[in-house]
Amino acid sequence: MSESAGKTSSSSFIRGGLSILAVIVVFVVLWEGYKFVWTALEWTEPVDPSDRTLPHTWDIVGALFQPAQRNGPILLFVEVKAAMFTLREALVGFLIGGSIGFWLGVFFVRSQTAERAFMPYVVASQTVPILAIAPMVVVWGGKLDIPQWLTVSIIAAYLTFFPVVINTMRGLRSPQPTTVELMRSYASSPRETLWKLQVPAAMPYIFTALKVSAAASVIGAIVGELPAGFRGGLGRDLLQFSQQFTAAPEKLFASVIIAGLAGMVFVGAVTLVEHRLVAATRRQST
Amino acid sequence: MTMVVDARGVGKVFGRGVEAVQALADIDMVMETGDFVSLIGPSGCGKSTLLRLVADLLEPTSGQLLINAKTPSQARLDRDYGMVFQSATLLDWRTVRKNVELPLEIMDFAAEERSRRAEEMLDLVQLDLFADHYPWQLSGGMQQRVAIARALAFQPSLLLMDEPFGALDEMTRELMQQEVLRLWGETGISVVFVTHSIPEAVFLSGRVLVMTPRPGRISSEIVIDLPPERDLNTRESPRYFELITEVREALRRGES
Repeated sequence: MSESAGKTSSSSFIRGGLSILAVIVVFVVLWEGYKFVWTALEWTEPVDPSDRTLPHTWDIVGALFQPAQRNGPILLFVEVKAAMFTLREALVGFLIGGSIGFWLGVFFVRSQTAERAFMPYVVASQTVPILAIAPMVVVWGGKLDIPQWLTVSIIAAYLTFFPVVINTMRGLRSPQPTTVELMRSYASSPRETLWKLQVPAAMPYIFTALKVSAAASVIGAIVGELPAGFRGGLGRDLLQFSQQFTAAPEKLFASVIIAGLAGMVFVGAVTLVEHRLVAATRRQST
Repeated sequence: MTMVVDARGVGKVFGRGVEAVQALADIDMVMETGDFVSLIGPSGCGKSTLLRLVADLLEPTSGQLLINAKTPSQARLDRDYGMVFQSATLLDWRTVRKNVELPLEIMDFAAEERSRRAEEMLDLVQLDLFADHYPWQLSGGMQQRVAIARALAFQPSLLLMDEPFGALDEMTRELMQQEVLRLWGETGISVVFVTHSIPEAVFLSGRVLVMTPRPGRISSEIVIDLPPERDLNTRESPRYFELITEVREALRRGES
């Protein structure tokens, strides 16, 4: 059983790697094909194919290996370092937001009154643009002497908790009515029913939310870095490169790639934890 | 002698006002230790509702109901009964062994005692070789045997079974019936068994309570005077068929 599972996972790993490669190849061909055809026919709609707006894919990759500043380290090195910095803020935000989301979910499932009273505000919190909230949090954080990276994490947490609340609630309510009756027949305390039945049943739901949240927390951290012009992370670099876009567009594209990879790494890590905790024991899991 | 189940004029109404539905009315039911009683009737006759009143999963709206001379809620808190549902309701993420240990964990048994009892119960239902499998790796009949082992693990005095073999094929069903009779004989437990299969009720029970719908009532009680040792020969005996006919006619009388 475990042997065959091991084989499938290694062959599916190779297949996964090949399909990622195939997608990259197709993407590059489309990108360069667009540039070639549009240049030849002198079309400029919808996107001008010139090197000023759509740099060659090899120039973008090349930009990663050029010094970011004169006599400085190469861009790849700078951006990977910035990505690590941002990921750390995102991770802290993800942990704060994830925990708050989980416990709010538990609280709302436990108390219908609380759900009715607070749920509208939880929903409302997500319709307020993060760009409006971020500067306030930065200012408040500054007044309270909270370290700047932590204020960024709080902004990331703000984007993270909502999917976790919704899916935790859904998951905690997912056990069949007869299973709930079974726990009642054992005179199980609400606490034991929570930990032995509801939380394990909710795990697939919670992990689905955590994957969404992991990606959102990276966005939250990048956006959170912007209002204060916080140095060290991806946010400021992305801002700076977008201001230099007309002069050196490949730099922005290159750092967008790094930012995307950072998000993928985070979501991938969450997926790995999920496989460890959930999928191993269950038939119907991703 | 205390009665395991003692119901006097028990009734159950769902809802209020114009939407009120009388699910059960005037239920009198008495069970002694070691009795095997089946509740049979068409869908909607309230047999599962009656079982849930005994289990304190629902509360009666009238009459008096005592389990082991206690209120149903006290009996539930004292873990006086084990319950088996139509679906096995095993927890997917737990192995067979851990599923059997679930009630023991909730009831704060020590770890050693838990694993000792789980072993014992899995031996009893002949699933000791599957202790470390997950529920989805088992057939429907095996899953239901795990559910029975789990219900018996904390040695309750009463076993409540709600159409436990309703989802099984006929062959598995007959094997499971034999299995339940063996467990009943070995443990001396009292059993309330809800079913809509006439042969099943007759084969298993000491008494069959026939229920009729709207509102749910016990319309007749049929004593099954087959010999206590029941096997394949029982299923082919003339008396078995007579009793089946008797229950069927009682059910039909209830309909008209």
